[in-house]
Amino acid sequence: MASFLEIEGVSKSFGPLKAVEGVSLEIRKGEFFSLLGPSGCGKTTLLRMLAGFETPDAGRIRIDGEDVTALPPNRRNVNTIFQSYALFPHLTVRENIAFGPRVAGWPRDRIQDEVARLLSLTQLEDQARKKPAEISGGQKQRVAIARALINKPDVLLLDEPLAALDLKLRQRMLIELDLLHDQFGITFLYVTHDQGEAMSLSDRIAIMRNGRIEQVGPPAEIYEAPRTSFVAAFIGDTNFLEGRVAEIVAGDYCRLEVDGFPPIVCFNDKQIGQGRTVSLSLRPEKLRMWREKPEDDRRHNIVPGRVEDVIYLGSHTKYWVRVEEHRLAVFEQHNRFLLDETPTRWKQDVWVSWHADDAFMLEAYSEKDEALTDRPPERVGEAS
Amino acid sequence: MKAGRRGEWLVTLPSLGWLVVFFLLPTLVVFAFAFKPADPFGGVGEGWTTATLAGIVDAQYTAIVWRTAWLSLLTTALCLLLATPVGYAIARAEPAARARLMLLVVVPFWTSFLIRIFAWKVLLHPEGALKRALVLLGLAAPQATLLYTPGAVLLVMVYTFLPFAILPIYAAAEKFDFRLLEAARDLGAGRLRAFVEVFLPGIRRGLLTAVLVVFIPALGSYVIPDLVGGPGGEMLGNKIAQRVFVDRNLPHASALSVILILAVLLPMAAVLLLQSRPRREAAVVEEDA
Repeated sequence: MASFLEIEGVSKSFGPLKAVEGVSLEIRKGEFFSLLGPSGCGKTTLLRMLAGFETPDAGRIRIDGEDVTALPPNRRNVNTIFQSYALFPHLTVRENIAFGPRVAGWPRDRIQDEVARLLSLTQLEDQARKKPAEISGGQKQRVAIARALINKPDVLLLDEPLAALDLKLRQRMLIELDLLHDQFGITFLYVTHDQGEAMSLSDRIAIMRNGRIEQVGPPAEIYEAPRTSFVAAFIGDTNFLEGRVAEIVAGDYCRLEVDGFPPIVCFNDKQIGQGRTVSLSLRPEKLRMWREKPEDDRRHNIVPGRVEDVIYLGSHTKYWVRVEEHRLAVFEQHNRFLLDETPTRWKQDVWVSWHADDAFMLEAYSEKDEALTDRPPERVGEAS
Repeated sequence: MKAGRRGEWLVTLPSLGWLVVFFLLPTLVVFAFAFKPADPFGGVGEGWTTATLAGIVDAQYTAIVWRTAWLSLLTTALCLLLATPVGYAIARAEPAARARLMLLVVVPFWTSFLIRIFAWKVLLHPEGALKRALVLLGLAAPQATLLYTPGAVLLVMVYTFLPFAILPIYAAAEKFDFRLLEAARDLGAGRLRAFVEVFLPGIRRGLLTAVLVVFIPALGSYVIPDLVGGPGGEMLGNKIAQRVFVDRNLPHASALSVILILAVLLPMAAVLLLQSRPRREAAVVEEDA
């Protein structure tokens, strides 16, 4: 499909701070696209350039072929849903929604019809005469959505729209947003630091870091095949092991040397050469824990360890397992809860296994990425 | 609950008493004097009469009442027109720069009010710097007079009251959520439209306060027209002073004062009514992250 929103080599600095650096993206018409990254990664600046609140220092932005880089916000067919909603406090809900059409000079009865339609779509009919201060957070959110959608924008920009809502409301609004997206067929550009929101809503996600795009792809691809250790660490939980490619086996596989581990078999889709240093990323949910040593089928890696910490998380339990000087996080689902099953406890000796295809090797791994991974607190006064 | 109410009353009592003794009672005395005949020794005569009030419906006053009204209204309008962009600009400035800009606004208060007006007299004087500069630039005829005109009164009044208009407008603008202007732009409004339809309503309370603190003292102006106004620039305040000090006719002065007091109280009541209505608005800008 042809790209609809084209961002080409866009950069923006604020003084010495390079907020966005050479970002290029192509977003398709009707796509639900998310910009995901930690705070300060430049995602909001990029969004503000798309809205027209900031002008890029370099690069072009095109919507449906038209160059909008230099257009002021009021001359772009783009609407924004602000994190703070930014509803006009002196206007009623109805007047807020009618603001855009009124400014655009629509005929009176058309404004009335459209406002009525959006009020019913967002279930705000009973709130129409109220001022923003008199309605709840979720209702404000819906007013903000209706106020933007009534203008039938080419692209709807959403700046962390759910950040101010509590968990339950956020989940409900997430579904509503998804429905609205399907209903209107408008291109959504969603900025968030919440990977859960991005994963559940998006067709594609761009991971941003330090003003640059790290990886673009569908949620599953980002999660299952992160290209950098930053992406691996930022999306979901992961264990990193430093190692060296010792030998290439059977073409697509290799054997890794990691201190304290027996040789590790790993899928080597990136064809990383022998002798290179890599970091091996192991997702905690891909690891399995056993009390007896499982049968070795040569496709699984099996290492002995000892449980050091048990964290009950409701839907699953997180175990910290020590393997020599490493600590591995392991998730166990409670899907086979039996009353006679003895729970795994501290200090218990276990075996951890994972399939060779379930881990991935990444070349870049820096100190900064380390800060993103979840590390257990070192226990004081405990002999290992 | 009851005790709290009583406590509130107790705390309010001193200021209430002060207002009654020094504001309400004198005002009532002025109102009462308006219905008294004058006595030839500058005092107040016996009995009651409406003749004094009837006496001020006189051709000599229509011009002055009219001039007082338009000078005050125009002063208020010009002050708002100048103070609103200034308040906006200061509120949008860097926090460090704001304090410095506000200092510039209040710096005139360090000089006595009278001295500043005399400074204007010097500037506007036929041989003054301003006059000469204007003549030099060809903007004024050499024989034109700047001083002792209603225009001079207007100029000095705007100059005097401008800081009083900037302060409440800035206070309101500083609390204004400027993201609302971005939202308006985003929804298709141009700069001016966003300013008029979103910013001005957003600082409404500040604007109303500015109207009060400029219009009321402007109506009662006495010193400014006295010093730079001349006979053609007199205002009601000057007439009242003349009736008291020159004519020694207290009832007549009181009758004129009654007009002035009513002219002040009515707009004030209107503004207070307007301000008290949307109380909730103040707490609007919501739970931000």
